[in-house]
Amino acid sequence: MPALVELRKASAGYAGRAVLHDINLTINAGERVAVMGRSGAGKSTLLNLLHARLADKVALIPQAAALVKTLSVFHNVYMGRLDRHSTWHNLRNLVWPASRDIAEVEDTLELVGLADKLFEQAGTLSGGQQQRASVARAFYNERAIVIGDEPVSALDRRQGADILGKLCARHDTAIFAMHDISLALAHADRVVVIEEGRIVLDAPSRTIAAVDLVPYYGG
Amino acid sequence: MNQQAMTTPSLALPKLGYRSVSWLFLLIAAVALMLSDLAVSALNPWAEMRRLAAGLIRPDLFSIEMMSVVWTVAFAVLGVAIGASTGFLLALVFARLRAVRILCAFLRSVHELFWALLLIQIAGLSATTGILAVAIPYSGIFAKVFAEMIEEADLAVERVLPARTSIIARFAYARIPELAPQFWTYTLYRLECGMRSTLVLGFIGLPTIGFHLDSFFKQGHYREAAALLLAFYVLIGTRRLWARPSTVPILIIASVLVLPETVGGGSALANLTRFLTHDVIPTPLRDADLLAAATWQNLAAWLWPIITKQAAPGVIQTLVLSQVALVAMGVIALILFPFICRQFAGRLGRPLGRVALVVVRSTPEYMLVYVLLQLLGPSMLPAIIALSLHNGAIVGYLMGRHADVLEYRRDAPSGVNLYCYETVPRLYGQFLAYVLYRWEIILRESAIFGILGVATLGYYIDAAISEFRLDVAVVLILVTALLSMAVDAFSRGLRRRLRIDTMPTRLSEAPSEPAMGRLVGAERPA
Repeated sequence: MPALVELRKASAGYAGRAVLHDINLTINAGERVAVMGRSGAGKSTLLNLLHARLADKVALIPQAAALVKTLSVFHNVYMGRLDRHSTWHNLRNLVWPASRDIAEVEDTLELVGLADKLFEQAGTLSGGQQQRASVARAFYNERAIVIGDEPVSALDRRQGADILGKLCARHDTAIFAMHDISLALAHADRVVVIEEGRIVLDAPSRTIAAVDLVPYYGG
Repeated sequence: MNQQAMTTPSLALPKLGYRSVSWLFLLIAAVALMLSDLAVSALNPWAEMRRLAAGLIRPDLFSIEMMSVVWTVAFAVLGVAIGASTGFLLALVFARLRAVRILCAFLRSVHELFWALLLIQIAGLSATTGILAVAIPYSGIFAKVFAEMIEEADLAVERVLPARTSIIARFAYARIPELAPQFWTYTLYRLECGMRSTLVLGFIGLPTIGFHLDSFFKQGHYREAAALLLAFYVLIGTRRLWARPSTVPILIIASVLVLPETVGGGSALANLTRFLTHDVIPTPLRDADLLAAATWQNLAAWLWPIITKQAAPGVIQTLVLSQVALVAMGVIALILFPFICRQFAGRLGRPLGRVALVVVRSTPEYMLVYVLLQLLGPSMLPAIIALSLHNGAIVGYLMGRHADVLEYRRDAPSGVNLYCYETVPRLYGQFLAYVLYRWEIILRESAIFGILGVATLGYYIDAAISEFRLDVAVVLILVTALLSMAVDAFSRGLRRRLRIDTMPTRLSEAPSEPAMGRLVGAERPA
């Protein structure tokens, strides 16, 4: 399998404060990777590092849904393809959305069960709905790779499983930061655990049982 | 959730949102635009503009009348000092006493120039007039702003104090340390506005920079005018260097020492008495029998034409001008702010953009109208250009500061797409807060430009004063004050309805950039 991205002895941090140390990680095309670990362990930083390396090939689902709350759900999802339309078309869609784009966005929203909220202001949605809108933007982006920072944390387990399944089906490669052990084992084929900024476990998920992961979350 | 409420169409008015308010203002401005006179009547505006530009790039630095610069600063320092001190005292009771709130609203609703026109009747063209014209309206502004700061202050410390701490000790220990830095920042920023005000007072005869600018512009001595303006920009640009909390006592003492001697005018006290007991009393009431019905009929007969022939058309023209200028200001601000924004202008462009915006906002808009009127001929156009440029530069500057602290998602677009889909939508509430806040300011200035010949309220006020009909002038000034208080109240209500009433609106509270936040990644070769 071709390597998509390779990190060798990588470190990263914010303004002098190191968050990740000595990271060696190769991700191949077609993998579904769950990045796990306690909050503050460095999961988001690792995803940011990967995103920085893969930027143009990635549909990103940031941790906070990162929607523009004053714009409609349509506009927020449409943003996933701003780079593939002319600026004039984008400007026009702000004021008078094209019916083709509306139909496409509506189909995408159908996947996450938000089609009825098409022209509602993103700020009026609940937390879970905002997260699904953010996922819809990634779908609409149609990149080969999806990177999601806890993309289903605000959803219940059944909804979360549904969304993760669809994300894996629609993107060749998927990298998610996750908390929920059973969801991770069900959808990922590889689990990477980070503790205090270092990778402490990197194994195929079929070789791991839920109990193996519990220590990394233990109080 | 209540399904019923979601499916039944609401019978109430359509929800007031950012979009509907924006369209409403655009629509009103479009109607106002049709009612306004925008003709360029000057025969050859370009030739005069070329002469102006030629003069501006070759300022004659030796012609600067130093004392006018000194007095501009001295009047502003003392006016702002008195205004801030009075305002501070008023702020202490602002929240508790409705009468104080109304008094302050009135004081600040009358523009410095109108106060000056009235004060000239009492104290002549003196330092007193120059200082009080600034101090009176500023005390109303300071009272309101200081009161807001006191209200918003963090009270965590106050809860820790022992229960029986006296009010004064409480204030001194828990509030003052918290508030003093804000008070200082705001007061020193106001000094900048104060200098613009005192400069402009020169145009009506006080011995400040404006006095000489007036004659230079009239005679076409643009190189001399440019030098004076340059001196003024330097003063404003270096304000942070010479106006600090530690230099304030020196500034105040020096200002008192250099004040000009009062020229003529007789006893101010006698003038004040005459002014209050005779001049401002409506003519039909002077020496009249206040119990006779005929007196009040005369008053009504006197008042009616003032209301219908002067106040009404003046109010309409003032509103026409301010609504067009407000929307033009918004458009200009939205166009300008990317130029001072890291995301759009880049590291090199941003400082240049900042300098340009600070120069535009430091240019007194009254002077800008004055110059444009000479270049373009009499119409509303100069006033619209000046108001929208000046205020657009201020709002643009503030918006740029807000845009710089926005955190975008990592996969955010760039350029025009970023601007339209992220930056403007996310800042739009803040933008409306600024626009609505400046509405009343623009209205007050629209009224003032009447003095320069645009047919707004100031035109009628100036005419009444030059005909020595001070009673009429006072009625018209009251109308102006009421109009601006009404706009202020309406704007406040609108901001509450839009839930943007708690957003920052003052220049001194714009955010500055955070120091951290960028991800730094490194890889060492294996």
